[in-house]
Parts: sequence; structure tokens; C-alpha cells
Amino acid sequence: MILKKGVVLQESLERILEDYHRSDGNLISILQNLEEEFGYIPQDAVYWFAERLDIPPAKFFGVATFYAQFHLKPRGKNIITACCGTACHVKGAERIINSLTRELQIPSGEDTTEDREFTVEKVNCVGACSIAPVVIINKEVHGKMTPEKLMKEIKNLRRGR
Amino acid sequence: MNTLMIDGKYIEVPEGTTILEAARRAGIYIPTLCDDPRLEPYGACRLCLVQVKGMPRPVTSCTTPATDGMEVQTSNEQIERIRKTIVELLLSDHPNDCMVCEKAGDCTLQELAYFYNLRENRFWGERRQYTRKDANPFIERDMEKCVLCGKCVRVCEEVQGVAAIDIAYRGFQAKVCPPFERDLDCEFCGQCVSVCPTGALIGKQSLGKGRQKDIKRVDTVCPYCGCGCNITLHVSRNEVIRVTSEPDTLNEGWLCVKGRFGFRFVNSPDRLKTPLIRRNGRFEEATWTEALGYIASNLKRIKKQYGADAIAGLSSARCTNEENYLFQKFMRAVIGTNNVDHCARY
Amino acid sequence: MGREVEIKICMGTGGLAAGGRAVMNAFAEGLKAEGIDAKVSENCSIHQVGCRGFCARDVLVDVIIDGKRTTYQYIKPEMVEQIIKNHIIGGEVVQDWTVKEDYQAFHDKQVKVVLADCGEVDPEDIDSYISRRGYEALQKVFREMTPEKVINTIEASGLRGRGGAGFPTGVKWDFARRNPGDVKYIICNADEGDPGAFMDRSVIEGNPHSVIEGMIIGAYAIGAHHGYVYIRAEYPLAVERLKIALEQARQRGFLGRDILGSGFDFDIKIKLGAGAFVCGEETALIASIEGKRGMPRPKPPFPAQKGLWGKPTVINNVETLANVPAIIRNGALWFAKFGTEKSKGTKVFALTGKVNNTGLIEVPMGISLREIIYDIGGGIEGGRKLKAVQTGGPSGGCIPAEYIDISVDYESLARMGSIVGSGGMVVMDETDCMVNIAKYFLEFTQAESCGKCVPCRIGTKRLLEILSRITDGRGRPGDIDLLVTLSEDVKAGSLCGLGQTAPNPVLSTIKYFRDEYEAHIHEKRCPAGVCKNLLTYTIIEEFCKGCTMCARVCPAGAIVGEKKQPHHIVQEICIKCGACFETCKFKAIKKG
Repeated sequence: MILKKGVVLQESLERILEDYHRSDGNLISILQNLEEEFGYIPQDAVYWFAERLDIPPAKFFGVATFYAQFHLKPRGKNIITACCGTACHVKGAERIINSLTRELQIPSGEDTTEDREFTVEKVNCVGACSIAPVVIINKEVHGKMTPEKLMKEIKNLRRGR
Repeated sequence: MNTLMIDGKYIEVPEGTTILEAARRAGIYIPTLCDDPRLEPYGACRLCLVQVKGMPRPVTSCTTPATDGMEVQTSNEQIERIRKTIVELLLSDHPNDCMVCEKAGDCTLQELAYFYNLRENRFWGERRQYTRKDANPFIERDMEKCVLCGKCVRVCEEVQGVAAIDIAYRGFQAKVCPPFERDLDCEFCGQCVSVCPTGALIGKQSLGKGRQKDIKRVDTVCPYCGCGCNITLHVSRNEVIRVTSEPDTLNEGWLCVKGRFGFRFVNSPDRLKTPLIRRNGRFEEATWTEALGYIASNLKRIKKQYGADAIAGLSSARCTNEENYLFQKFMRAVIGTNNVDHCARY
Repeated sequence: MGREVEIKICMGTGGLAAGGRAVMNAFAEGLKAEGIDAKVSENCSIHQVGCRGFCARDVLVDVIIDGKRTTYQYIKPEMVEQIIKNHIIGGEVVQDWTVKEDYQAFHDKQVKVVLADCGEVDPEDIDSYISRRGYEALQKVFREMTPEKVINTIEASGLRGRGGAGFPTGVKWDFARRNPGDVKYIICNADEGDPGAFMDRSVIEGNPHSVIEGMIIGAYAIGAHHGYVYIRAEYPLAVERLKIALEQARQRGFLGRDILGSGFDFDIKIKLGAGAFVCGEETALIASIEGKRGMPRPKPPFPAQKGLWGKPTVINNVETLANVPAIIRNGALWFAKFGTEKSKGTKVFALTGKVNNTGLIEVPMGISLREIIYDIGGGIEGGRKLKAVQTGGPSGGCIPAEYIDISVDYESLARMGSIVGSGGMVVMDETDCMVNIAKYFLEFTQAESCGKCVPCRIGTKRLLEILSRITDGRGRPGDIDLLVTLSEDVKAGSLCGLGQTAPNPVLSTIKYFRDEYEAHIHEKRCPAGVCKNLLTYTIIEEFCKGCTMCARVCPAGAIVGEKKQPHHIVQEICIKCGACFETCKFKAIKKG
């Protein structure tokens, strides 16, 4: 995915490397810069730095998975969280998630669209059972959700970009 | 030198010795899973806890230096209770399929379970489920059996200088794996296999080839190079199924990929067992007397006809230093040429 | 106008979230519209200030006219115009919006050393700090004190680590000073991770220079030339203000080479944490600064012997360091006046939970819990009954209501099975389930375990599973004893402070509220009515008006009944979400 942006990528990596040398950085500061630059830790970037700095890639992976700040997969600009608590489940959370995955064309086994506009996540009960099913769109709680209402919200988000 | 007392015994040890080392020297057993005297202390399994007089809580003997006048108790009710709890906790997150496990009979965890007579476990709950198989050719990695002692990670970094694996994730999800959980891709020295206390890391070549109790161990020297590492062949049904090396050998138990995993030739049907002499364009089996006589007469003939420098000797890095010394001596003094070299140069 | 007008607007994280920036802009624009240019006028100024503790009342605004202070609460931008017209120009205080006696009561029993200037100084202006005796302590140190004398003063003051363990700061410094080596480090631990604790954040946001000054003095005492502040990336405002403060301190020559002509070199770098609670532990923090996985290692060697990159290192918490300048300025005896025999000075607590006044408070050690809850906290919400106070966050324990008169200090809390900790204080009433509270904290520590040592990695997991089955109604006889023994083994067997304290919430709740555990296990009942699976919701027929509201909100369709007739809950279908209970206007639904 990164390679498409070849030149841009190379430049950002060089910049991060420069910053590493200038501010006596470490593995964590590299990962923090990568996360800030790309929104996640790209594998290719890790191997690039591993080679330049002669630090084994396993070290990068160990550190990246230790700290909550780092993500290994690109996350979308919009985060949609579907509640999967018992109440929401009964009220059709599954139907909503299915329609989301279909509408957004999220590849199976993934949680983010290929254009990285949307990430769909599940969460256990958020404690708003009386307005089930609940979907949280970019930290805003929406109750009594239906696939139709959700699609409208997604349209709005798409228009807003 | 420091003198300390362990379980009522006075022991004199040099500065920098840990309590665990001191106890071992005195022949006092302390259980551990994560200690290896050849690696940096880690202090993770907590089995080696001991009570030191004057300290508020038990300390790990593998990391605490023995100091002069120290009084150590390696076992008491609380310590035994904690050790038993630790083993139970480990077993509560372990497949416990000892009846089909390759490591059965040579497994530290199994031994501890036996030692603490753990027929029943007070703890149960979620178990790590890792179903994905690592497709590498040499090492069977069953991370459900991993106790996170970190020995494989440490040996790979500290001894081998490779760091092909590290501990990833954290807490209950912590897991030893190659970067991005890809298949293991390293030099396959197998040092990790040699230090693993459980069945988490097993050499693939020995899978299903024989139980630990049926194995005959034969001490020998690795034939691959002049280092002469001491190895132990594990023989089952007249077949070499595994190679190990003991920590108390000159190579401290460390081997390379060839020594550890390159033993299949021993049982290979293609293996040469007699010298061959080419006659009429075809190799024919010969006796050693025949072969050596053939070589000697031809060397003599070539030397006489073309001079000594028409002959070159190429030796092998698989020979010992002594053999290589003799070989160059033979070339220089007997044949009379300096044309001598060996395969390791290329 | 001829008057001195000063406006101070609370702009900590709490103040900003409540709209502090908009209020400040409204003041600036309003004053400009009235012909007073707030920024240039010599006699009218607007300042942003850090947290003053009472975040629940934000945005708080001080209007000081000729030294006379009026504090307004709950201020929104649209209210600013009236304050300017009536008060600043007209001289008439807008009484309806000012703070009342309860605001005073909140502050009366507090003693402010660390927070003294929070809410007074502008955190982004070093002169504001200097005008309140800032960096005076540092000058005194260079002028007249040897490192030994600094250490003696701190030792004599009785200052102990405010991060949790309460180790005497002077002793720690002395330890590091005596360890040989030309390279030494001082680290400020601002990796405040306890859920519900935000005192370190508030101090850095409100008065960053006090921490920097404390650090320079500490560095001088131990002989360190390099310092680090390890701070959570989740605190962007604090990081920003710290960066500004460091830059200003460098410009004024308080940091860098040959500080104030003393010949002493020292500078500070910021290292951002990447989201791991365990990095609050010293050795894990060091690993993290070195760029590694934040996994603790066994001590000895202690950081004061072998710390960052193997060099002698002192790690002090934010609040500890913020105490240092005041101690040097006012002397050890002044500081030792506050507190008890063994716990000197003050402690900042984040008071939350079921009290009326929640917020950040600073109290002298030795104050009683009663004073904190009833005088400062203004009593329990809704006049309900106090049940327990949880101190020390996930490492601490619960103190039941009957011990409310105990003194709050390191020793007394430890005797109760709790700790002072970093200073979280959660007040709980009769509607809180103690088993659930223990589970809540265990969920946190279990998720934050680094996974290195067995007791913590698997032990906390199993503890949590046992607690979960108890709160789910699947508890078994013997589970309480199992919890106790496993807790004790995890405490004694774990490698670092996280595992060694993680079982405290479990042990202390069992110690004081065993009956609640028993009710969950044997009667499958949650006395506080919290644990979902142990509740049944029923409709009290005589109260039910048949309004159908409950049936409409029920996500499971478990409520049946004719309109205007009493309804009825089908227990087999009910998922116990409580939606009906919250919706019913007639209190016709019974939980229990």
C-alpha cells in the first residue's frame, strides 16, 4: 500500500531518520513519528529503518505491540464503533455491522476500508441499552440505529471530507 | 570472596555470584524455568524465590547477588506455596497434552508438575489459542506451550547476535514471535530450541521419531568443521533423530545450524561408505588399501613427470586443526610444494 | 480608568474542555469593544491560569480590581459581556454568578504548597512565575548551599516520594550522589496512569516551572547534568506547556551551560510515553526511555546504582519535585510543620466519586478522611450513606466508612491495607458494589500487565476471571478463599510494583466487605444492585399506570401488557439492561 506513494514515503522516512539522528532518538521515537506520519506503523517502513539503523525488525515489532499508542494496521479517518452488548445484539447489531461492512466494502478479515476513510470496530456494552442498537461515530453516540439511518450518516461523512 | 549461609550451610563464593549459583555449587536445588547460567539473569518465572534474612519479601535468587554474611532460606511454607501457585498458573494456560508431546520426559514444566504433585489445578480459565503453524523448515513453534521464560529471545540476541524473535504484545497476550508474526526466517541455529524448557520449540526433524525414554544418547564430536563442537546424538531405532550439546562442553552447548540440524546424511542411503575409484569412466567401490595405494602411486608419477608444483592440495575445514597441520606438512615436506589450501576460503 | 484590573481564566484541561479559550476570547473582544485593549493596557490584563482544583465549576474566572478578587463560576462566553459592563466598568459584581460559601468551604481546609501557584501564575509566562518568588530557591542553592546541604535540607524536611511508595526523597538523592560515576541522570516521572488521578497533569499544566526548578535543584544535589521528563503523550497540553517552559528557562539561563554563573551545567529533555501504565514503574520507565519494551527488571541493582544506560539515576515524581523549591525557600522546618510525625508536608488528591465537590485538593498529611469528604468534598451526593473510600487507585484499597476518622498519611493507610499512592481518592456510597469495584480495578491492572512474570501475567488474569464469575452469578463456594490465597501469592511473587499491588483492591474489599462477596456467591444477589446478571426487574402493579414507556424502550421486547393496564416483565426474555428502570416515571419498576 505504501509503495504506491513511493517518493512521498521515501521523503518522510528520510525526514524521520534525520530527526532520529538529530535529537538522539530511539526506537520508540521512530515509531511515534511513523504513527504520526501514517496513522499506523507500516511494515515496509519498519524494514527500511531496520536496515538503515541495523536494528532487528523483531525489536520494532516487540516495541510497537507493547505500547497502546501504536497501530499495526492503517485506521480510517472516521472511526465507527458498533456496540455489541446484549441489548444491541438483540436489537440487531449484527445486521448493522453486516450492512456497514457491505456498504463500505470492507475486505473480509479487515476493519478498515481500502481508501482508509472508515474503520469499523466492535465494542462491548457501552451502557446505553435503552437506545439500542447503539453506534458511536467519531466519539458521538447515536442511538436507535438502523442500517438506513447509518447509511445517511456515512453519506454525510463522505460528503464532508 | 563472600561467605554466605544457605539452608544452614556455609558457602564461599566470589564477588558477583548470584544466590542461585551459590546454591547450585553447594548442591542445593532451587527450581527455575527462566534461568540459564550462560544468559543474563531475567527474573521472570519467579520460581527461584528465596527468603533472605532482613529482606521484607522473598527475592529471586537468579538476580540477587550473594553478599558476605547473607543468610538464605531456599524453602519455607510461603515460598513453596508461591512456587506451587506459579506452576498451577502456568498449567492453567497450557495445553497439557503431555501424552503426545515430544518434550514429555525432558520437560521442566512437566517435572515441576510432578514435583508439586499437581493432579488437580485450582485455576482454570481462558487459554491462549494459537493455531497458526510456522512454515519454516527446521523449528516447530507451538506457542501455546510457551511459558514466556524469554530464554529463546535472550539466546538469539545475547549469544547469536541475531534477534530474529522478540516478545511481542503484552500481559496475557504476550507472545514470542518473529517480526509481524511472519514465518521464522533466520539462520536456524536452533539455539532457541536447545534452551526451551517446554515443548514450545522442537526440531521438526525429530517429530514423531521417538519418546525421550527410548533414546540412546551418544556423545561425539561434530564432523562439520575444525571447531570440534561436542555433540550428543539422540538415537532411536538405530536412527539419529536429534543432535544436542551439553552446556558443560567446550562449546558450552552452543551449535550452529549444520551441527544441530544437518545430521540427515548419517542415515542417508546415498552416503559413501567405501572409497570409489574411477575405472573406465565409472566409479567402482574399492578398499582403503587399494585407494591409498592408487593415490600414492599417481602422486609419485605426476611429481616425477611434471615436478612437485604440478600438484596442489585442497583440504577441508571439516578436518581438525591437527589434521590440517599434518596435511600441509605432507604437501610441503613430502610432496614438496606450497600449493595448499582449504575449502573454507571460498 | 485609573484602576488595576486583572482577569484570570482557568485554562487547565478541565477549563479548556468547558470552553476556557472561548471565554478568554470573549473577554479580550469585549474589553476591546469597550475601548480597553486588554493586551497592551498597563492597568488591565487577562491571564490564563492552570487548574485550581474545582474543575466541576469550570469555567472559573477571577476578576481582580485593585486587589479585590471576585470569583465567578460556570462562566460561558455569552455571560462575559454582562460581567464587563456591570462589574468591570460599572463596579457592580454580578452576584448570581459568583462562587458561594461552598466554594470557600472547598478551599478552607486545604493547605497549598504544590498547588499554591496553580491558578495564580500564567503557566506560559516565566515572569509570572518569577514574580511569585520563582527560581529564588535555585539562586539560593547556588549562592549558599553545597549539594550535601541541599540533600540534608530535603532529608530534614521529611519529604517522601509522592508517586506511591513514599520513599524519603533526601535518602534517594544521597544514595545517587554517593554512587560513583561522572554521568548521572535525574528523571521526572510524569507518566501518571492511575485511572482517576490527574494531579501531575494539573501541576505541569498550571505551574511547570516549579517542577523544572525542583529538577535543577535535584540534579545539582546528585551531580547530574542530564534530565528527562517522561510524560504521557495523552497529555498534550501539559507537554506543550512544559516545552514552552523549558525554552523560557533556557533563555533565562536557568538551564544549559554554567547556570546563573554557578559553573553547573544541566539540561532537560522530554520523552513521551507511548501508552503503557507499567512504565510508571522505575525500571520499566528506564527501559522505555531507552526505547525498549517497558518491562521491569528485578532490583537490585537499584536505579540509583544502575539506572538509565547503566548510570546512577534518580527518578522523582512530579509532585515530589514541585515541593522542592518551596522547601529550599522556606526551610526544612517550615515544611515539616505540616503533616504527621512520619509523613510530612501536604498531599494532592484527586477527589472523585459520590461526593458533592469533586476536584483536585491539597491537604496536610494527617487530615482525617472525614474532613476531606464532608468539609472539602461537601458530603455524599444526594445525601446518601458513605460506604467506603478507595485510595491509591488500582494499587490501593478500600477503607470502609467506619474508619472515616483515620488520619490520611502513609502509615495509617498502609495499616488499613491501602496506600496513599499517587493520590486517587474515590468516594463510594451504598449504591456501589464492592465486588464490582474490585473487578473494575483488576480489569485495569490485568490489561496493563506487561506479561513478563508469571504471577502477574496469569495470576491477575485468573483473579479477574474469578471476580467476573462471582459478579455474573457463577461464583462457587470456596472462591473467596481462592481469591485470598491467589492474591497473596501474586503480591509476594510478582516482579514489580504493578503485580505486587494489583491484588490490593481484592484483598481490602474481601477484608471489609466479605458479606457482599458471600451474597453474590451463595444467594446470587448483589446487595448494591449493580451486578447485572444478579438483578431481576419486576413491575409493581399498583404503581404501574400502563403508559407503555417501558415496553417501548425494552430492547428485548420482554415487557408485555395492555395500554393503561399494569404491565409485566417476562423474566425469560429480560436481558437486565435496566432501560425500563431508568425510563419509568412512576417508580413502578423494582430492581433487586
